[in-house]
Amino acid sequence: MSNATPLLAVESLSLERGGRELFQGLSFEVHAGHLFQVEGVNGAGKTSLMRILAGLSRYGYSGEVLRNAPLLYLGHQSGVKGLLSPRENLALHVSGQGSYTDAQIEPALAKVGLYGYEDVPSHALSAGQHRRVNLARLYLSDSPLWLLDEPFTAIDKAGVAQLEALLVTHVEAGGAVVMTSHQALQVRYEVRFLSLLEGVLL
Amino acid sequence: MWTFFHKLGSPPWLYGISGSILRWLLPLTLLALATGLVWGLLFTAPDFRQGNSYRIIYIHVPAAVVALAGYYVMALAGAINLIWKMKMADVAMRSAAPIGAALTFIALVTGAIWGKPTWGTWWVWDARITSMLILLFLYLGVIALYEAFDNKEAAGKACAVLSLVGMVNIPIIYKSVDWWYSLHQPASIKFTGESSIDPSMLYPLLLMIGAFYALFTCCLLMNMRAELLSREARTNWVRKLALSGGRD
Amino acid sequence: MSAPGPLAFCLRLLRRQLILAVRRPIEIGNPLLFFAMVVALFPLGLGPAPDQLASFAPGILWIIALLSNLLTSDAVFRSDFDDGSLEQLLLSPQPLYLSVLAYIAAHWLITGLLLALVSPLFALMLNLPAGAIGSLMASLLLGTAVLSLLGCIGAALTVGLKRGGMLISLLILPLYMPVLIFGSAAVKAAVIGAPAGPYLALLGAMLCLAIALAPLAIAAGLRISIDA
Repeated sequence: MSNATPLLAVESLSLERGGRELFQGLSFEVHAGHLFQVEGVNGAGKTSLMRILAGLSRYGYSGEVLRNAPLLYLGHQSGVKGLLSPRENLALHVSGQGSYTDAQIEPALAKVGLYGYEDVPSHALSAGQHRRVNLARLYLSDSPLWLLDEPFTAIDKAGVAQLEALLVTHVEAGGAVVMTSHQALQVRYEVRFLSLLEGVLL
Repeated sequence: MWTFFHKLGSPPWLYGISGSILRWLLPLTLLALATGLVWGLLFTAPDFRQGNSYRIIYIHVPAAVVALAGYYVMALAGAINLIWKMKMADVAMRSAAPIGAALTFIALVTGAIWGKPTWGTWWVWDARITSMLILLFLYLGVIALYEAFDNKEAAGKACAVLSLVGMVNIPIIYKSVDWWYSLHQPASIKFTGESSIDPSMLYPLLLMIGAFYALFTCCLLMNMRAELLSREARTNWVRKLALSGGRD
Repeated sequence: MSAPGPLAFCLRLLRRQLILAVRRPIEIGNPLLFFAMVVALFPLGLGPAPDQLASFAPGILWIIALLSNLLTSDAVFRSDFDDGSLEQLLLSPQPLYLSVLAYIAAHWLITGLLLALVSPLFALMLNLPAGAIGSLMASLLLGTAVLSLLGCIGAALTVGLKRGGMLISLLILPLYMPVLIFGSAAVKAAVIGAPAGPYLALLGAMLCLAIALAPLAIAAGLRISIDA
């Protein structure tokens, strides 16, 4: 572990839901260059963990979460408005992390395979395309820490490969990723596994 | 100071201390209530205008006063819960709401009963009664919101926010209703001159107000104890308590 | 790609909300239609006598404005909650206080402002004296803004609940009462030729207080709702 300040530090995090202990005493640090994959069966508490890490869940758990960097969280819901076109969805996004010009938005949409769909009302797009509009935010983002909850859902094979490449580019450039997924990442990069029951597996 | 705060956050300690407070406060409250009632209902002179019907103020006024104070207790407990994340404050807020609503309801019913001989009708849109009615709505809103949430922790916080909003609004509501009434007051209804209350009527009234405050405290503590037991039902101290037959 | 300033972001949100509203014009039309229909109910219920209607008109118009505001406030955060935008808003580095104000401003522009603008038409239908129309519009302009602020508190607290619609009325109607009292009083004062200024000033004072405090409650309510 490097001595630099971690982008995200978690100390003895415990969560109980409905009288059942989901995880207990979870501690780990996410540094620049780390690519974390959270493991666990359905209902293990992966989404709960991601929401705690992002700061959306603020009670019901014990332990400390320290966030030292701007983060980008993509949850299960795409946050894409059907009444807005993909372009507008990005330009008017509620996250307020950047002001994007058309010159930035168009390549980002092209990269997620939405070239030609920039100005189509989003309700005419498929569920996978909605996810892709949301994923375009990754290309625009300058947040070092990405928290991605099941980013591969409803994405086709080519899209998954492209996204994996993007994740590697991001961590190689000094970013960090914590993600949940049921499929193994096909990347040439050290993936750290985080088990909700056993902590960081090396 | 902080150790006291810390202790307040501990359910078994709170359960124990509230038990010992209740042991002497409850008899004292009942005694004060009985004394005040007997004194007020039997040993004061009848009012020269209203005769005996005015005696209902010995219930009506204390209930109204404490109902209003109860809202502030609830809102302050909510604020403590939001700021210091103290679970016991949440228990207190949750427990205060139904008591306050019940007192408001008592104030409304006694007000209506008082209205019949005084004004000749069960319901008058009088400033105080209207304000009491709105207060009842505020209480019921908090209770309804609490019940609507599945996640009780979220429910406590949402109700805390709502009761704080209500607390800011209560003075505005009272003032505006007062003003509204003075604008619309029909000539046939005269306000009873309560400012010139005779000391012989005032002292039992003060006693009753004190007794109602104590009653509120007792009910609050008893409610909190029940709430504590149900929330902590799976912990060791409750199990021990149950095994020892409830002796703490 | 620097982040926009708070004010720029606030305006961006306002623009987003207005675009969303304009693309579904029926949502804008519905409150107005509701206003018109309820106005039509009163003569049917009270009888068509012009004098009687005129004397009740200030109260009637104000109560309908209040109800249509209430019915629309439930939807302010609902769709953003359902599609996940609200999560992103709460994670935003931008001050939530201002973001919330943008949502409220959008709500007021498409309900309160429009209601105030069309209210003279309905006032005439209820025989409200022409001299009182100015203060009716002024009181609605100020008052509906307060109503939007208060209504959004209820919307924020109930947005996470499946059935928020009825509940929000129970939470918010008691808070609406002072606005109703002073709003209708302003119109009544104008009807009898008394100055409406003091009542409008009181509504303005309430608006200031609500702008200062309501966004805090709304922000807290949203954080709680997203967490439930």
